[in-house]
This record gives sequence, C-alpha cells and structure tokens, in this order.
Amino acid sequence: MTSQSLIDPTDTWTKIIRPKRGLLDLRLPELWRARELIMLFVWRDFVSVYKQTILGPLWYVIQPVLTTIVFTVIFGNIAKLPTDGLPPFLFYMAGNTIWSYFSSCLVGTSNTFTANAGMFGKVYFPRMSIPLSVVISNLISFLIRFGMFILFLVYFMLSGSVIHPNWWMLILPALMLIMALLGLGIGIIVSSLTTKYRDLQQLVGFGVQLLMYGTPVIYPLSTIKNGILHWLILANPMTPVVEVFRLAFLGVSAIDPLSLLCSAGFAVVVFLIGALIFNKVQNNFMDTV
Amino acid sequence: MSNTVISIENVSKSYQLGTIGTGTFRGDLSRWWARKRGKPDPYQIIGEADHGNRQGETLWALKDINLQVQQGEVLGIIGRNGSGKSTLLKILSDVAAPTCGEVKIKGRIASLLEVGTGFHPELTGRENVYMNGAILGMTRQEVRRKFDEIVDFAGIEQFIDTPVKRYSSGMYVRLGFAVAAHLEPEILIVDEVLAVGDAEFQKKCLGKMGSVAKEGRTVLFVSHNMIAIQTLCQSGIWLNAGHLMEQGDVSQIVTTYLRSSLTEDDISERIWPDITSAPGNATVRPHRISVQPEDGKPGNLITMQTPLRLEVEYWNLLPAVHLHATLHIYNNQGILAFTTSSGANPDPGLHVQPPAGLFRSVCHIPGNFLNSGFHRLNLLLVRGKKPENFKLVDAIGFEVIDNAERKYAWYGKEPGVLNPLLPWETEYLGNRDKVESQSFDGN
Repeated sequence: MTSQSLIDPTDTWTKIIRPKRGLLDLRLPELWRARELIMLFVWRDFVSVYKQTILGPLWYVIQPVLTTIVFTVIFGNIAKLPTDGLPPFLFYMAGNTIWSYFSSCLVGTSNTFTANAGMFGKVYFPRMSIPLSVVISNLISFLIRFGMFILFLVYFMLSGSVIHPNWWMLILPALMLIMALLGLGIGIIVSSLTTKYRDLQQLVGFGVQLLMYGTPVIYPLSTIKNGILHWLILANPMTPVVEVFRLAFLGVSAIDPLSLLCSAGFAVVVFLIGALIFNKVQNNFMDTV
Repeated sequence: MSNTVISIENVSKSYQLGTIGTGTFRGDLSRWWARKRGKPDPYQIIGEADHGNRQGETLWALKDINLQVQQGEVLGIIGRNGSGKSTLLKILSDVAAPTCGEVKIKGRIASLLEVGTGFHPELTGRENVYMNGAILGMTRQEVRRKFDEIVDFAGIEQFIDTPVKRYSSGMYVRLGFAVAAHLEPEILIVDEVLAVGDAEFQKKCLGKMGSVAKEGRTVLFVSHNMIAIQTLCQSGIWLNAGHLMEQGDVSQIVTTYLRSSLTEDDISERIWPDITSAPGNATVRPHRISVQPEDGKPGNLITMQTPLRLEVEYWNLLPAVHLHATLHIYNNQGILAFTTSSGANPDPGLHVQPPAGLFRSVCHIPGNFLNSGFHRLNLLLVRGKKPENFKLVDAIGFEVIDNAERKYAWYGKEPGVLNPLLPWETEYLGNRDKVESQSFDGN
C-alpha cells in the first residue's frame, strides 16, 4: 500500500475505504445511527410474515399452543415422561416458550449473509443491523407467547394446581439477555462460516432440534441423575436458563441457580467471538458468498 | 485541489477464479490434508479443458486505479462488459473491499447499483418506500417529507397501498428509482439502472440526474448508453480489462472507446487483389469494396453527420456487357434500409459499349441520412436487366455513431430505419383565437 497522497492533508475525509478493517473496528457508532433501520427491519419481519393470512397475528398464539398440546400428548400421555409433579401442559408450555426464543434467534440469524446477499451486494448499511433486528423481532413474538403462558398459568392456579411462582421471576430479563447473546453469537458465527461452507446451513436446522433434546425442555433435569449424561446436560449453557425459568414461574427445579452465571459468561464469550468473526467476514464476504 | 471529494489511490481488486474452496468443509479439509502429504488435490478435475481460468488463479478486476473526482463533477464511466466498471462502483459504495489501495470520500454518498433494493414483495408500495429509503440512508422524517414527491415521480398514486408483488416490473422499477432519486447525497453513484423502464421513464430519470448534477452534486454514472453519457457528463473515464485507459473530456473518451470497440464485423474495406482468386464467375469478379468518410480519413469514426463514400471496383470479364453495382444496406435489426444501384445513372459513355476491364463505381451517401447503429452491406453485381449475376452477402459493415448532435430532449436512439435531416419551416400564424398562455397546461 503506497498511498502518496497529493491531497492537502488538512482536508477531512468522511470515509476511508481500505482493504482490511481492524479486527476490533466494530463500527459501533454506525450501528447506533442505523437504529431506525433496525426497527424498520423488525417491523418488516413482523408485518410481512402473516400478510395475506386469515388469522394474521393470531398465529403467534396458535402455534405455541398447538406445539404444547402435541408435546403434552406425545411426551406426557404416550411416553409418560415425568414432569416434576407439575401439570404436563404447563410444564411443556414453559419449556417451549423459553426454548423457542433461543432457537428462533439462532436459526433466524444463522443465514444472515446468504439470505441477504442480494441486498448486501448492492447497498452498504451496517450488516449487524440484520441479526440484531432478528433478535428484537423474536423478542416481540416471545412476549406474545409469554403472555399466553401467563394466562394459562393463572388459569391452572385458579383451578387448584399446586404451582409456586416466586421472586426468581425478576431474573427473566437476564434470562432473555443470555439467550439473545447465545443465540445471536452462535447464529452469526454460523452465518459467517456459511459464506464459505453451506453445510452448516443444513446442520443448523436439525442441530437445534438435537440441542433441544440435550436441554431439559421436554423432561425435567431431576430425572437425569446418573453420570455422564447428567454432566453433559449440565454443561449445556441452556440448561440453567430453562430450569431457572421453570423454577421462577412453576416453582420446581433441580438446578442450582448459581450455574446461571456460567451460562452468562459463556454467552458473553460466544457473542464476542461471533462479533469478531462477523466483522471480519462482512468486509469481504461478497467475493465468496 | 481541496475540491476533491473522491480520491482513489492505487486501488486494485482481484477475484479468485474457479470455485472458492470445494464448497464443503469436508472437501476443504481433505484437500488440505492431501496437500500436507504432498498428494495431488483430490478435487482437481482431470482432463478438463483449460479455459485459461484455472482453479486458484486470480483475475484482476481492477488494477492500479488512480482517480480524483472534483466536487460537482459529473463523471461518466464507460467500458465493455467485464471491464471493471461495476467493481469500481462496488468499492466506492463500500459493498466490496478493495484488494489493495485506498479510497477516500468526502461527504454523504448514496449509491444506486440496483433499484428497489430491499423491497419486500409482501409489503405495500408505501411501506416499501420507507423501508427502501432507510436502507439507502434516509431518516424517516426525510422520507415522510418527500413521500408525495416520490409517489408523484413514480406515477403510481393509486397503487401505493398495494403489495409490490402485484406491481408490474415497470412500476416496481419506477418506485425504486423514485426513492433513490429523492435522496439528497453529496455524491451519487449510479450504475446502469436506467436500462429498464420505458422510454418515457428513462427520459424522466435522466432528466432527474441532470438536475441533481446542476445542483452542484457529484455524480458518477456508468452506462452503455453513449448518448446519455455524453448528454449528462462533462468528463469521463474509460476502463478496459481493469485498467484506467483514459480520462478527460467525455466526448473524447467516448470516441476513443467506440473506436476501440469496433467489432470484427466492422470491415470497412475488402480487397481481392488477384483476379484469379477473386470470387465471382465468368462474367464478373469483384476487386474491392470500401466505405469511408467523404473527407477521406479511413480511421475516423462514422457519425450520423458523416457523409460517406462507398466504392465498388470490379472486373468486367466480357466486353459489351452492361454491368452495374447494386448495394443493399441493412441496419442492425436486419431490416433492409434501402437499396441503391449504379444502374440508376450510368455513365453514358460506358453504357453504350462497355469494354472488358476494371471498373469503379462510387456511391455518395450524404451525412444526416442514416440512422445510428451497425449497418451491413450486400453487394450485387448485376448484368443489364437480368437477375443478379453475383451476390456477396455482408460484404462490408460499418457502425454509425450517434454523437448526440441533433438531440433535443431525447436520450435514446431515434426510431426508424433512416434519420434524414429534412428541411422544415415553422411560422407564426398569429393569435386569431385569442389563445391564452394559461389555457393549456403544456405538461
């Protein structure tokens, strides 16, 4: 790079384009300026999904309820998995509600580059605004599902089930943050790698499915007591999140809430690695995607 | 020098040819493992024809580009397909990073490499205007302020609340351009997006770009429409195979570019030096056919204004046989534009009793007669009033260039096979009917 500039050095350039960007040059001010764009993406995702449907936004409600019913029938009635003595419907709904936020964040951000290659190839805007918008719009659908969950929770309590919601509820924002960081972190790592290796795209779909079985979503942690399996499931950073959620709203869990700190630490590390890789890839992905 | 708003310094961009990696992680891994052990690449395709772009070779899409663009300059970028024009615009738009070199930009930059980027088919026109505006860097207030103007420019008022998936492609493009046209950047970068849309809309777009330029903004414009380039831009650059060939005054650049890009078909002269090897028959054989500007410089470009001189030389092998040359001139759509024959006004002396030997017939085509585009000629050598005697299809061909000399408001190619300059007279007949200037809205 020999750039013997003929230009008056006192000139102020508003933008300098160089071959490589610094590893830590995350362009955060730019991202902040793009907040309006991010909110528009969120709004677009939300509005466009259920356009030209009869039930419209009602699908945000129908889907989790139906999934919960299916879980209740298959895992509760047919397979007769234990539910820590909780009403199976509530048990599965709790797991499903919390898990779906993480999985939709991961899946939704994992195709950032390949799905938006057309747009990224034509216009520059901070690339991170796309995965961020996914995380935010998933938060909205989570809140709808969560509202449903609370309604059922109140209904079950009024009809005499023994459930003990407690002060751990206040930790919900922290749970959301951990899941957002974790989902986004893994998602952007995958999306960065899929610019070169499309295999990962295949992996994500069923990988998330597998991960769900490795997380106490359809079974309580208390049923897994022996050896390696127990440690494997405890090593899963999503385990404390799901279990603490149940502890908070249903009052039963075998988890030590302190393990949430490990999850948080893990999530932060994954997110930072993701942000660095994403930043590196976004510079040149148009040549390989 | 302080008026420089874009400074491109030693910018190069390379692309790796062939597939990048094997596309799968497993493939890359086994390739890497094979290389480690000194084995041949298991993914190398054996016996594949060498197209000159072997795996792993790099192609320099741009090589050592240095360019300064001044504030308010309207710069046209021309070059063949694959010459690096779009790559340059992508680098300037920060969409692709250069391989080496540096670009410095002063001021807000907006690039229009495509219209309607980020349009979502399910969203309505109105929703997409906000979406697209935001992607291009407008704030919501800006879009709101200009919304009516945008819709008006696109001319789709009654469809603005319809999802864009129901739009015709023309409406889609119009709306997309309308949003981009109402950006207010200090620097505007426009790729060949105007190739779409009907003539009316193209005119509107170019008019808009012209007015943007008049407001003192800097515009970089890529197009294959030489007429538009020459009308809009003052200066130009010519890229060829990634190199900056020439920069300077736009009409100079366009002329150089067009001269370089004359196709192989563009044969202005054909000679058969030897009578025995010339095509033809026992009656007649051609010796030479050529086209050149009347002023006699064969290398000069032929514009719509250039008077042409067509020469046909042939050997008449039999004495006392009347021969004449006929030319059929086709335009680039294969339409026979006109025919002309030396038989129409033959030399009276030769007509009576022509001897055997070499003849030359010259045809003069006036300037301001042909339309622009590529023309090809069929040569017919005809004996008397009999059917054709010798015919040579595509004997020569030449490109007539529109240098926009007779343009008023129209940037495209004039329709029609010919485009003659005919005498017109316009006179004022008085205002007998008391027409008031307000009574008709001209536009």
